[in-house]
Amino acid sequence: MDALLELLEKNARLTTAEMGERLGKTATEVEAMLAKLDTDGALLGFHAVIDRDKVGDVLVSALIEVKLTPERDGGFDRLARRIAKFDQVTSCYLMSGGYDLAVIVEGPDLREVAQFVSEKLSTLDGVVSTATHFQLKVYKQSGFLATDTHEDERLPVTP
Amino acid sequence: MKPLEDRIADHVKQIPRSGIRDFFELVQGRDDVISLGVGEPDFAAPWHIREAAIFSLEKGQTSYTSNLGLLSLRECISDYVEGQFGVCYDAKSEVLVTVGVSEALDLVCRALLNPGDEVIYHEPCYVSYNPSIALAYAVAVGVQTKVEDEFVLKAEDVAAKITDKTRMILLNFPTNPTGAVEPVEELEKIAQLAIDHDLLVVTDEIYSELLYGGDSGMDRGEHISIASLPGMKQRTILLHGFSKAFAMTGFRLGYSCAPNELTEAMMKIHQYSMLCAPIMSQNAAVEALKNGAGEVEKMRRAYARRRNLLLSRFEHMGVPCFSPGGAFYAFPDIRKFGLTSKEFALRLLEEENVAVVPGDAFGSAGEGCVRACYATAYDKLEIALDRIANFVKRL
Repeated sequence: MDALLELLEKNARLTTAEMGERLGKTATEVEAMLAKLDTDGALLGFHAVIDRDKVGDVLVSALIEVKLTPERDGGFDRLARRIAKFDQVTSCYLMSGGYDLAVIVEGPDLREVAQFVSEKLSTLDGVVSTATHFQLKVYKQSGFLATDTHEDERLPVTP
Repeated sequence: MKPLEDRIADHVKQIPRSGIRDFFELVQGRDDVISLGVGEPDFAAPWHIREAAIFSLEKGQTSYTSNLGLLSLRECISDYVEGQFGVCYDAKSEVLVTVGVSEALDLVCRALLNPGDEVIYHEPCYVSYNPSIALAYAVAVGVQTKVEDEFVLKAEDVAAKITDKTRMILLNFPTNPTGAVEPVEELEKIAQLAIDHDLLVVTDEIYSELLYGGDSGMDRGEHISIASLPGMKQRTILLHGFSKAFAMTGFRLGYSCAPNELTEAMMKIHQYSMLCAPIMSQNAAVEALKNGAGEVEKMRRAYARRRNLLLSRFEHMGVPCFSPGGAFYAFPDIRKFGLTSKEFALRLLEEENVAVVPGDAFGSAGEGCVRACYATAYDKLEIALDRIANFVKRL
């Protein structure tokens, strides 16, 4: 199962037959493994990792540090789940350290992201403070380098 | 003036040109070749290792080191070898850092063989074994291993070659070019032969991390080095390096672990011919041994997936290929197509632009097979396999 997950994390576009060839399994076996992962809820989804600069996209992304007041029953969970449900929020993590939630917010421009923070996020009951950091440039995301220039420079035949 | 050809030493003249070299020149002249003919990883050395080399240069560490190599590196090697092979070597007196395993093997031959001494080695094998022995004025005695035996070296075949001039047995498992691994029962018998006939054993362990065991090769199998068998440490020279498992071929760094008397003898030559291995490579190697295990395992798993892909495709196209237990080579048997290894490789190159190495480049025992290296990016590997399938369909 670990071998299949490792493969999916790198490239989820392979057919089950192709995955089988790499894992020494039949396509049917791979399908069964995928079905099991699905039933377990282990696969949240699949997505492309896009270098936004290359496609001329002007999407704005920000990391918001959020401080919360924990609740008597459930701590941060209720509020964190509520924040995570907003479409603008692409990721949301509970953190150790100086703040509680790291919230990644995406929007078409600066104004919309700022508006989301000031109108939706910071006005929620239980949100003590927010600090917004806009992303300036991507060097690596989801394990992929933005400019990976490693060329195969090996001699064509070596002992 | 004498013709320049006559100035070349007799024993050098007698060494034939490498078959690999001939093939390399053919491949180099062509465009758009997908090469499965490479004998090194396609990964760059892991970044943390490269970064350590850069850092050492920034700090101005550009001097000679001790002839034996940096003590800090030898200590790391000693720990690593104990963990990997279960054999203890003293970092101060039994470890010698060399410029690749190639230099270490050359040192072994020159330091420990007298003219006319015989060395038993197994074919097909890495191309430098025979010449390294010959350049030390010793006699290379090849034992042929067979595709039918999955290129396992039979102790009885070794025994048949032992004479009163035999001094040494040279082993390499997992093997380049076949990917073969040696069952421990045979290894034990070979160890007994070495003890009975008072022979030294040289074991080239360069591929020992790259093993494919358990479920579809995804598990790291267990590797047993002959050095770890009872009574063998005192008669074994263990050679290893960073090129394959750590993807550090260009760093040119290897080492030998051997009893102090043998290490001293090898060091004598090393100090005059090489002085020491490059310090930036040695610094990088310290980082590799301290923090590289995770990356090595990641690369091993990537090779395992490609190996599965290659074996599954060969099976589909009806090319017999035994399941290699290690390294990153497959050695398919192409005899059923009625071509020699060379003809097969040449026509595959000319007709489909895919390079594999003819098996006979690794000794006559490799005839009838070709070496396909799967240390190649997936997309290229898949195209190469499609092309090979097209090719064999026409044969």
